[in-house]
Amino acid sequence: MTKQRGSTAFWIGAVAFLLAVLLATQLIGNEYPFFAGYVILQFIVLSVAWSILGGYAGYVNFGTSAFFGVGVYTAVFLVKATGAPLAVQIGVAAIVGALLGFAVGLLTLRMQGIFFSIATIALTIVIETSVTNWRYLGGAAGIQLQRPQVLPPFHSYVQMLFFVQALLVVLAVAIARYIQGSWIGRGLQALKDDELAAECTGVPTLRLKLLACVISGALMCAAGAPAAMYLQYADPGSAFNLNYSVSVLAMALIGGTAHWAGPVIGAVLLGVTQQLLAVTISSEVNVLVLGIMLVLFVVGAPEGLIGLIARLRPKRAEIGA
Amino acid sequence: MISAPDLPLLRIGALTKRFGGFTALDNVSVDIRPGERFGLIGPNGSGKTTLINCISGAFRTEAGTVIFQGEDITVLPPYMRTRRGIARSFQIPRPFKSMTVAENLMVALDFAASADDRIPAAQRRDSAMSILAQTGLASKAGARATSLSQVELRKMELARALATHPKLLISDEAMAGLSSSEVDEVLDLLMGLASRDITIIMIEHIMQAVMRFSDRIMCLDAGRIIAIGAPSEVMADKRVQEAYLGT
Repeated sequence: MTKQRGSTAFWIGAVAFLLAVLLATQLIGNEYPFFAGYVILQFIVLSVAWSILGGYAGYVNFGTSAFFGVGVYTAVFLVKATGAPLAVQIGVAAIVGALLGFAVGLLTLRMQGIFFSIATIALTIVIETSVTNWRYLGGAAGIQLQRPQVLPPFHSYVQMLFFVQALLVVLAVAIARYIQGSWIGRGLQALKDDELAAECTGVPTLRLKLLACVISGALMCAAGAPAAMYLQYADPGSAFNLNYSVSVLAMALIGGTAHWAGPVIGAVLLGVTQQLLAVTISSEVNVLVLGIMLVLFVVGAPEGLIGLIARLRPKRAEIGA
Repeated sequence: MISAPDLPLLRIGALTKRFGGFTALDNVSVDIRPGERFGLIGPNGSGKTTLINCISGAFRTEAGTVIFQGEDITVLPPYMRTRRGIARSFQIPRPFKSMTVAENLMVALDFAASADDRIPAAQRRDSAMSILAQTGLASKAGARATSLSQVELRKMELARALATHPKLLISDEAMAGLSSSEVDEVLDLLMGLASRDITIIMIEHIMQAVMRFSDRIMCLDAGRIIAIGAPSEVMADKRVQEAYLGT
């Protein structure tokens, strides 16, 4: 079966990717590539997670920064209160993210289109304001964090974080890939096309949307958790920066949301561009380039790079499956 | 047993639906018998589609009950009604546009059955193909839903509804805008389904089609039932003629 073979190829690729990452952390002494690469991996997780709700279900979420920030501050809270290790920080952040996704979903998923998007922006502001006024977490001034001892086989904490984020990439992509190929993906696609027709065809639309929201939220918070230790500092202004929402949305849309590979390609492409621009010109140019690319793609390739590739490739005789 | 012959398949009891100050359905009560071919007619705006939306769950009602197979489904969401056996087509076709015709049916096969009588995943494609063959769409299985003609879209809507394995199929103007030969095609299709123990409610403006199809016809006007009975009786009713032709 081709599906079986595709699956094997995927997992071989995933293991090879993780081995390569691990090998790189052992062989490359310079910390900078990992410092820069971490951001790109983080964006891959975020945009893959975004596209589960925003792409498959078609609910455009502007609240990525809310979920990311909650992930960051869950880690901050755990470190401060209990000194929990990194794995616990990420695990708890994922649970908090799932709960937040569920709550947000219940409150907002009955709204459609632009109203849902606006509600998610409001969510960011509400949560950011709450954290800003929470003195235990450092308030508006932010909070300094001390990295604990790095665990072997890694030589530096940043390298370890890089590897951990690579694990999250594999996890996020595996989940997105599973959803895409399963009945969940078909149901989400149906409700994206036409919500009433989907309901009348037996699709439990609210439940599926909630599920997408929970999974997406959990992954986003998990991706945010290690950022506290990455920067050894957290403040509400940067943790809840709207730039995350915009960048992630742009990455997913530019890559294309019809296939799990879309947001990965988009995140790598834009992430690398942003890192290069930040080094060579200035980080301010990032936003400009992001804007221009988004406009170009929305006009020229509304289905993203994935859509572009599919259009250029000769049509395969493939129905449904 | 619920399926006793004298019990209605669908019982609509004193249903009222308002949109703001406008009463779209006013105290409508009707029983649909198992296996019946039921025609629903009425001038534009008389509440036909509203009634369908209340039966399929797209609308919540202000008052009244919808009982299906002896079970009160008045407050159930649409997908649960579909799983219990109520399927519908839409007046303006609503295909899943990003999918192929076969995939449109796969949605129904993946979701519409309750957990215990779901067809195993491996057989769902065959099942989809067989429904497409019955509806004359076999050659279109791999085509995008957006590439279909009007009559093909109507048939696909019916095929998708069929794929939910309905006990009650509601066809909302499946023949509107079709040529007379196409009307016959769709009518034959619906007749074929009715002969397979699927109860059908047909909304239609094409009188010949409704007359030929229905065991019983109900005429709505301004949200009220003005006539119900055998097709010839309903057509002879003075109030029906008034509603259609004016006085």
